[in-house]
Amino acid sequence: MTGFLQQLVQGLGAGAIYASLALALVLIYQFTGIVNFAQGELAMFSTYLAWQFTAAGMPFWLALALTLAVSFAGGMLIERLVIRPVEGAPELTVVIVTVGLFIFVNAAAGWIWTFLIKDFPNPFPGGALEAGGLRVSYSTLGVLVVVGLVMGLLYLLFQHTRIGLGMRAVATNPDSARLVGIRVGWTLALGWGLAATVGAVSGVLVAPLLFLEPNMMGGVLIYAFAAATLGGFDSPVGAVVGGLIVGVAETLAGAYVGFIGSDLKVGVPLVIILGVLLLRPQGLFGRAAVERA
Amino acid sequence: MSDTAEVTRVDAPTRAGALRRVAAERWRWIVLAALFAAACYAPFQLVPFRVFQFTMVLVYAVALLGLNLLVGHAGQISLGHGAFFAVGAYGAAIMLDRFELPYPVTLPIAAAVAFVIGLALGLPAMRLRGLYLALVTLAMAIFLVPLLKRFEEVTGGSMGLTLPKPAPPAWTGLAEDQWLYFLALAVAVAAFLSAYSLMRSRVGRALHAIRDNEAAAETMGVRLSFYKTLAFAWSAMFAGAAGCVYTWVIGFVSPDSFAVTLSITLLAGLVVGGLGSLSGPLLGGLFVMFVPSISQDVNEAAPGVIFGLLIIAVMYVAPTGLAGLTGRAAHSIRKTLRKE
Repeated sequence: MTGFLQQLVQGLGAGAIYASLALALVLIYQFTGIVNFAQGELAMFSTYLAWQFTAAGMPFWLALALTLAVSFAGGMLIERLVIRPVEGAPELTVVIVTVGLFIFVNAAAGWIWTFLIKDFPNPFPGGALEAGGLRVSYSTLGVLVVVGLVMGLLYLLFQHTRIGLGMRAVATNPDSARLVGIRVGWTLALGWGLAATVGAVSGVLVAPLLFLEPNMMGGVLIYAFAAATLGGFDSPVGAVVGGLIVGVAETLAGAYVGFIGSDLKVGVPLVIILGVLLLRPQGLFGRAAVERA
Repeated sequence: MSDTAEVTRVDAPTRAGALRRVAAERWRWIVLAALFAAACYAPFQLVPFRVFQFTMVLVYAVALLGLNLLVGHAGQISLGHGAFFAVGAYGAAIMLDRFELPYPVTLPIAAAVAFVIGLALGLPAMRLRGLYLALVTLAMAIFLVPLLKRFEEVTGGSMGLTLPKPAPPAWTGLAEDQWLYFLALAVAVAAFLSAYSLMRSRVGRALHAIRDNEAAAETMGVRLSFYKTLAFAWSAMFAGAAGCVYTWVIGFVSPDSFAVTLSITLLAGLVVGGLGSLSGPLLGGLFVMFVPSISQDVNEAAPGVIFGLLIIAVMYVAPTGLAGLTGRAAHSIRKTLRKE
């Protein structure tokens, strides 16, 4: 039983990371209806920035703050420069542009920092908290706390600030929002900036567990997609719940289903995506889309 | 060579219009015949390594032709076509290695297996919008590599399988690289002809209708899920056939040759080559083969940077890709010629 709980906690830790990247995906989807295939790569790039800052001798938390600020600006810039020209274009065009961005950012990171793996400093102490035979490492706890904090801040931003109100208005109905004087273009850019920041957090959290290299986020992105599909692409709460479920499902499947093992775990998100699409396409918390031609 | 342009150009059935159409058609066939003659002549003039490179161009062109059916003609996105390519490649390899089948037999079987898998995966994915297809196919491509490594006794695991290449029959008098080139050329020509006739049929029109406006197509009686799933299965079939020829040509398969990068490179090649045109896959094949091998000398990451920037640039300024640009250039040349 303790073993099971142990796996459960570990799954939640992994799930929290998927949740944060899924949250970034959902943020952009809500505002622009775009699924950003480059989200993971942007997070990877931000992580490299953080690595660069710490390698230059900066203390970790300062480097993190700087990275988040740069990511925010970078996300806004990308919206302005890359996404804005194809706003309102067919979905195919937009997806291809984000795939182009994916390839470009991945290769650019490889060009700047080479494809050799790098050690990323773990911001959390090494030990573990023991309670009732259960060992929870500080690093898992740290991940959970940070992701919880990010969620709380986003909640405050959306529900209790003027900017958040404007953002919700744009997500609900861009035309009406524009009519009441909200600058829709800037709000969309703000959404991209926020998503890039949240994504950067997930990159920094995952880097000590995996190794830092340009293809680091490829696998994480698939889990995040499964999380967003499960929770519903238009629901931030769904993204977090979905992420935790995906993380737990993946860890348990890897530990207890002999056939899956640790190498075939990456099949779990595929099964989850297919299952959700067949049974409940809008996801657990999503709104079912009613189409009128 | 864009098919859409063809449709809009059908003007009133005047005699002059008909004549002009015939001339335009013939112009196209002349260019194609010249191209084919050059393709047959080339392997006798080039060094074996160049012949090999052009063989790979043909292999990629067949795969891109399939991807083009799906992305360019039906407007659906696949980020996992490398997986079907791998199904064909591994299918052929296993048939050659375990069952020692003669290699010509492997082509139809590999294509058929890819078709069936495409059909099975297309059914759930196609019930929804293209976005989810992109997700499912991406997840599939990522899942494939560990799957291939797992079933070691069949696939050879991480080490892969090494196979003998098809030997040229004595009566041809060809060297091995030339024989492989002509095999690939034969498959490519067959693939282009079948894609061409497919696009001019009822099915092709149905796919175009879906791409341009799903709701309108449905109103006109096009069964969306049926045609979308079928387009997916066909495109998987072309990719499978290309993968089979890949195994013949390379004589070696390993899981890491079919990582997600392959799928994304294929999509990049198609977008740059030209979506929805017949010459796009060929130009895309040239692009996928030669741009990395040239730019790799600058930096390991240079091909990715070029691919990424070009995809975005093409989507902004030339959505019809290289094929559209050459088509436009040819059109203006013909126009100036006619004026004189």
